[in-house]
Amino acid sequence: MGRERVKLEAALLLAPLLLFIATSFVAPIAAMLWRGVSDMEVPRAFPRTLAALADWDGRNLPGDQVFAALADELVAARAAGTLNAAAGRLNSDTPGLRTVVFTTARRLARGVEGSPRAAILAADPAWGEVETWGALRRAGATPTDTHLLAALDLRRSADGTITSVPEEQRVFRAVALRTVWIGLLVTLLCLVLGYPLAAALVFVPRRLFGLLLFAVLLPFWTSLIVRTAAWMVLLAREGIINQAFLALGLVVEPVQMLFTRTAVLVAMVHILLPFMVLPLYAVMRQIPRAQLRAAASLGAGPVAQLVRVWLPQTLPGVGAGALMVFIQAIGFYVTPALIGGGADQMLPYFIGFYATQTVNWGLAAALSILLLVGTLLILALFGRFLSLAQFRAA
Amino acid sequence: MMRQTLALVAAAVTSALSSASTARDLTIVSWGGAYQDAQRQVYFQPFTQATGIRIVEDSWDGGIGVLRTRAGAGNQTWDLVQVESEELLLGCDEGLFEKIDWQRIGGKDHYIPQAVHECGVGAILYNVVLAWDRNRLQATPTWSDFFDVHRFPGKRGLRRGVKLTLEIALLADGVPRDQVYALLRTEAGVERAFRKLDTIKPHIVWWQAGAQPPQMLGAGEVTMTTAYNGRITNANRAEGRNFGIQWRDSLFTIDSWVIMKGSPNRDAAYRFLDFAKDPLRQASLLALIPYGGTARGANEGLSADLLAVSPSNPENLNVSLMIDDVFWMDHLDRLSQRFNAWLAR
Repeated sequence: MGRERVKLEAALLLAPLLLFIATSFVAPIAAMLWRGVSDMEVPRAFPRTLAALADWDGRNLPGDQVFAALADELVAARAAGTLNAAAGRLNSDTPGLRTVVFTTARRLARGVEGSPRAAILAADPAWGEVETWGALRRAGATPTDTHLLAALDLRRSADGTITSVPEEQRVFRAVALRTVWIGLLVTLLCLVLGYPLAAALVFVPRRLFGLLLFAVLLPFWTSLIVRTAAWMVLLAREGIINQAFLALGLVVEPVQMLFTRTAVLVAMVHILLPFMVLPLYAVMRQIPRAQLRAAASLGAGPVAQLVRVWLPQTLPGVGAGALMVFIQAIGFYVTPALIGGGADQMLPYFIGFYATQTVNWGLAAALSILLLVGTLLILALFGRFLSLAQFRAA
Repeated sequence: MMRQTLALVAAAVTSALSSASTARDLTIVSWGGAYQDAQRQVYFQPFTQATGIRIVEDSWDGGIGVLRTRAGAGNQTWDLVQVESEELLLGCDEGLFEKIDWQRIGGKDHYIPQAVHECGVGAILYNVVLAWDRNRLQATPTWSDFFDVHRFPGKRGLRRGVKLTLEIALLADGVPRDQVYALLRTEAGVERAFRKLDTIKPHIVWWQAGAQPPQMLGAGEVTMTTAYNGRITNANRAEGRNFGIQWRDSLFTIDSWVIMKGSPNRDAAYRFLDFAKDPLRQASLLALIPYGGTARGANEGLSADLLAVSPSNPENLNVSLMIDDVFWMDHLDRLSQRFNAWLAR
């Protein structure tokens, strides 16, 4: 009885937070991800046409009842304002269909003379091609794998087999690999720079400790955009670093640093370093110094003390830090966009691109799914590694 | 007595409400900021002084969705809206705007032909131009020089995106303006544009916001860049820069006035458009903000300084190419994909 009540009280105390998370976090994300496996635009505009197309053979032009349904629904959708979204969806499948749909709807709105079939075929010859109807049917299925396949540079051809898209259209596989590669590089650099720094925080005298901790935390409190912009000023062609190099005679003409992969790595490491240092420091602080002295008294040299006593006990910190840095790194958007070149953009840039530039939300959602699933997989992997490390440390 | 008073009050309230809904002031919606400030000075305030018709101003950031919602709302609260060329096409297709009765605003021949549309009256004209810093580069470069990094070493600024990038590549490759879009509609044309871009790919700096190009030129980050003509002229005027504008083979677009369908102030809207068509009035906008007027003769009598920065000055306009929005609405998806793949290689 008493326990039940405690549980209930705890649930009630948590309720506002859970409600907030559900409405402001879980629901919008789920709705967005759902778009990656659904197509809503065309079914909303042409529900009856799609129903009539269901038993179409896919080889000859569809029957009269399909034409009749489409004629009605083109005019209705134009009046209801749902035509643009549907036309845009069809156009991202087959370029030019937007114009075909609108031209046809405009002509039909002036009045249909004769049979709907004749009127539609007269309005635009594209309706006489089987592929146009194939595009319509493809865009009408929910759930659909169209967007997910596109996010992996694949597409389903008319007979249902999955093939790679043509060479010059392939982009996302390379981008996904690049995203992971940049994430790994940043994590490694943060570890190489952060590990000695965290150790120094443990061993330096009290006065220096305050200063060092302040130096680690200061960038942590500054906005990401401001730090990125600061790097732009530093790395620019006529920026401070180039001017210093020129003044010192190290180079004869300015070095291109901005808009390169190096610039992206430098800025990302700078921004993410505290996320490596702080977990490392937290773990290192708890390692008893007496253990090192004990090892020394038993004849272990400095290297053996480090490798056999110190290092294994810091592994949980390494795992936690690496995880935090890596997951944040593969989600970076602003920094590569501002100081990277064309070949330095990562998955988040393309999600933003398709969401805002071409308004292809299906593809943007599918890319988000790719990133989310990738992150969860890595999380699961790290999780196993982490618990293993803790086990060993214990 | 009490009942009578109530009835009187009710009648007064009803009539006040109904007159309020029919006599709503003419609501004009534009882009806000420095541009709308200039419009207020040149058009809005003089119009109210001349006609006694009051104007309520609003501003927006564009987007066909906003117009669609407004049109579906029943009680239309916007009358005259300034839209970009793409919204003009989409909204006209969807029947969101009134068809323009050109006889009421001076006839089609009063305007330059590019400003005349079924649903819209061109308001301003502006360009994407080749810009460079005269203090660093004593030449008048063209697009073919833009692609010649041997003669003119240094980085090149281009807007990140496929739109306009392909046009510029073809223009640089010697394709005449009037054949650019016909060629881009073919696979061979797209291929040719990408091959041309290949030649300077490592030298391109991609910008995203319109404020970046003047900044990059000023910092010496790029030798030449694409830029909005207004940004370049403003940098020269406000920051004392000495940037050059190449009008030859630049690309222009037009923002238009549209009358929202079902507007109760249609007559007032037409009176405003009739007022705004005056070439002299349009010319006076240019001194405040460098966007070109759309009436024929809007550039007559301008000083040489203003003529040099006016997008609709015939000397500039006749060597420019109008951006083909229909082409881009049809092909943006596919070509963006290809551009992104090209960029990633």
